[in-house]
Amino acid sequence: MALEFLTVYWRDMLRFFRFRALLFSSLVQPALWMAFFGVAFTGTISQLGAPASAPPGALYVPYLTFMAAGIMALTTLFTSLFGGISLLFDKLWGLMREILASPMPRTHILIGISLSGMTKSFIQVMIIMLFGIVIGVRFFVGASLLHLAVSILGILLFVGVFSLGFLFMSATISMRMESPESLQAVITLLSLPLFFVSNALYPAEAFPPFLRVATAANPLTYVVTGIRYFAIGPDFYALGGHYIYSLMDVGSALLALVIFALVMFVVAYWTFEKAVVT
Amino acid sequence: MESLLSEPIIEVRDLSHSFGDVVAVDSISFTVMRGEIFSFLGPNGAGKSTTINVLTTLLPIQKGEVRIAGHDVATEPALVRKAIGIVFQEETLDRDLTVWEILEFHGRLYSMPRDERRARIDEMIRLVELEKKRDVLIKHLSGGMKRRLEIARGLMTRPEVLYLDEPTLGLDPQSRLRVWDYIRQVNREGTTIFLTTHYMDEADSLSDRINIIDHGKIIASGTSDELKNALGEDMIYLETDDDAKTTGILRSLPEVKDVKPSFKGLSVTLNKEGTKTLPVILDRLKEGGIAIRSANLKKPTLDDVFVHFTGREIRG
Repeated sequence: MALEFLTVYWRDMLRFFRFRALLFSSLVQPALWMAFFGVAFTGTISQLGAPASAPPGALYVPYLTFMAAGIMALTTLFTSLFGGISLLFDKLWGLMREILASPMPRTHILIGISLSGMTKSFIQVMIIMLFGIVIGVRFFVGASLLHLAVSILGILLFVGVFSLGFLFMSATISMRMESPESLQAVITLLSLPLFFVSNALYPAEAFPPFLRVATAANPLTYVVTGIRYFAIGPDFYALGGHYIYSLMDVGSALLALVIFALVMFVVAYWTFEKAVVT
Repeated sequence: MESLLSEPIIEVRDLSHSFGDVVAVDSISFTVMRGEIFSFLGPNGAGKSTTINVLTTLLPIQKGEVRIAGHDVATEPALVRKAIGIVFQEETLDRDLTVWEILEFHGRLYSMPRDERRARIDEMIRLVELEKKRDVLIKHLSGGMKRRLEIARGLMTRPEVLYLDEPTLGLDPQSRLRVWDYIRQVNREGTTIFLTTHYMDEADSLSDRINIIDHGKIIASGTSDELKNALGEDMIYLETDDDAKTTGILRSLPEVKDVKPSFKGLSVTLNKEGTKTLPVILDRLKEGGIAIRSANLKKPTLDDVFVHFTGREIRG
């Protein structure tokens, strides 16, 4: 079996753990989000009025818990969008030529770099969950050990597929761009609407119709749905809204992410096959 | 040695390559024999790197035919890649990996089995004398060490052909000599070398065959001696007050093979021994009323060959 993509994966992970500063900031940044934005905003919301009592049977969820799922998704989004940037640097510094002149099929570069990006997201997501629970996020309340294991695997499945989609996108952009500045510009332009037009930090139900369409087309919405389903439960009440996720909802969210990732893979594959780097 | 040289390993027929309107390589053809050191000598921008990029499958073939170790570059790029090793002109080492990791990465890219790979890494590190730097990050190595490591990397997979694109660019004199030694050693052990350089002494000292390339064309080829002999036994550089008139007078002399303008005055190639011809030339020019500012008799060097064929000195 052709496992050369593991070579690309190995090198990228080696660099990830070697740059202490980068490693540190990638782990601390999401925690800071939680600690400052999360705690501050939770305070603001509780000031706006006492929470309406939850309908019978639904779990009442404080804002911090609601947004923790969103922070996990947003962190994955940013890490993945920038995950392909090492390809751009390899290209600019000539390192890509060694790889392209080797017999390894080009798809392996794409797969290797995407799997390492996904691994980084897994590490970050696990850290946010742990840190969140420490500062009061109410995830996996009353779950048995088995239930907990299934929930975490479910979250990683959603995060994994979601991050792969954006990593393929990032790899495509990196292979087509000539400078880190232009890559930065494109990614910033992409990430802001994705960030705001989603249910990550607030409910999307109150959006005007055109924003709701945009929300439905935003992969972030689906990954957040998946994370909340596994971390909080199928039926909960937060920010004045009642959330009920059926298995069907969760399944179609996963399907949407898989389709997104597949489309991005095809675009990236095509870009890699055509790329000329000298 | 003769038997080794009998089999072609690189065959290039009518290769052209353009970037937009700019023709970088203009229908060149050549054959490299197994076991030789074959070099492209030419100024920057002559088309050397473009040729290497096509021969290493990094650029697609636009026109022409290239076969390497029996494989067509256009239809069997993967087999070509397995058969070659490359040392690029620019540094292509990840600054944040160690010497050992650079070689490990490369061996894995080429799917070398683990045991063979690890043994080969040790062997290569010994060859280029980097034993003490094995676990040092690339950013802490000198330019010469990095070049040696790149040569080790190029050789790691036991390629049939090793491409060296300006292998000693920017190196200090000691490092250059050391790199030359490795190149000779590797070649003695059977690896065919395709070398590009714009250093005369490098081409002269290493190559079995030299091709002078300029503006995308091969304008002369042969062994270093053959190229020099094309200019005759001796040659004379003259500076006079009237180059046009001098050229006319000299061309009428049977002892003179050719007269060409040089970067500073005239270069005269001869049919006869220089020490006997120089006085004749000086007498004739004096008779013609020409003032001679300087006359320099010398054996042709590769520099002279280059000036002769391109009409100018090589640009650094």
